[in-house]
Amino acid sequence: MASKIYECISRIADIIIENKDFLTELDREIGDADHGINMARGYTEALGQLPQEETDIGAVLKKTGMVLLSKVGGASGPLYGTAYMKAAKAAAGKTTLTVQDGKEIFEAIIGGIKQRGKSERGEKTMLDAIIPAYEAFSAAAGEGKDLSGCLDAMCAAAAEGVEYTKTIRATKGRASYLGDRSIGHQDPGATSSLLTMEAIRDFLK
Amino acid sequence: MVGIVIVSHSRLAAEGIRELAAQMAGPELRLIACGGLEDGSIGTDAMRIRDAIISADSGDGVCAMVDLGSGIMSTETAMELLEFDEDYEGLRVQIADAPVLEGSVSAAVSASAGDSLEEVVAAAEEARGMCKLSQ
Repeated sequence: MASKIYECISRIADIIIENKDFLTELDREIGDADHGINMARGYTEALGQLPQEETDIGAVLKKTGMVLLSKVGGASGPLYGTAYMKAAKAAAGKTTLTVQDGKEIFEAIIGGIKQRGKSERGEKTMLDAIIPAYEAFSAAAGEGKDLSGCLDAMCAAAAEGVEYTKTIRATKGRASYLGDRSIGHQDPGATSSLLTMEAIRDFLK
Repeated sequence: MVGIVIVSHSRLAAEGIRELAAQMAGPELRLIACGGLEDGSIGTDAMRIRDAIISADSGDGVCAMVDLGSGIMSTETAMELLEFDEDYEGLRVQIADAPVLEGSVSAAVSASAGDSLEEVVAAAEEARGMCKLSQ
């Protein structure tokens, strides 16, 4: 029987693959038109290589990260690959996760992406979806909301974050060559991060 | 002898640069091209770069020459993977902040002469200020 973590990653993969053309189109507007293609290639390969029955969440996340590092190809490869590898470290040896674990995984992911991309919030990147999502998740947990409530708060904040990326100019990555002309377009990386979080929420509900 | 890894999004670009740099290098130099993905498409692959670094090292360290964007991020990821791998403790890698073609040629000359890793990286980085037309 496939483990729950395997099924969760499969759900993310399905959503990313379904949105391949949408993500590529967003990237055509302000980048090099390959984000959807690259992400779909990485997740397709991950689906084939992940150990279906492995219940150690850290082990499955680590394998996912290694495949994405290798198969995505663009900047999203080392960024998402690093995110999964850092998440794997935070979840090593665990077969279930608490909301507290979720917070720690989030923190590890944000630290990893900041370090890899040498970026901060407000630069029109995936961090503009992920950091507000983490803050909303933590705040909801602090208010004593259940997992479902925390995940809803997370996704709502991530969606707002994606909207926010339309209002700012890119200073990182290929889009930075466009300067002010990048304003008005939503960031493809923030969008794929939102899709990932929505897939996790829908899977856990 | 310091080894050199040439990282590019394009397999052809990495191999072409390797070919040019090899003309200036001694026979002992470990000069490895690591371009594109395994299937030949455009992109960079941190796991292949990791393997290339391991192959390039003969104990004196490796100078990585990189092209753009994810070329740098994937190489940094490969370095971090090696840093936490006990099997490769002590393997030294530095990225040269230099144009990938000119820098690779300078690095190949310096490494072939038996220079240290720091000297090879410095030689590659000198290529940044090189004038191509006589002033």
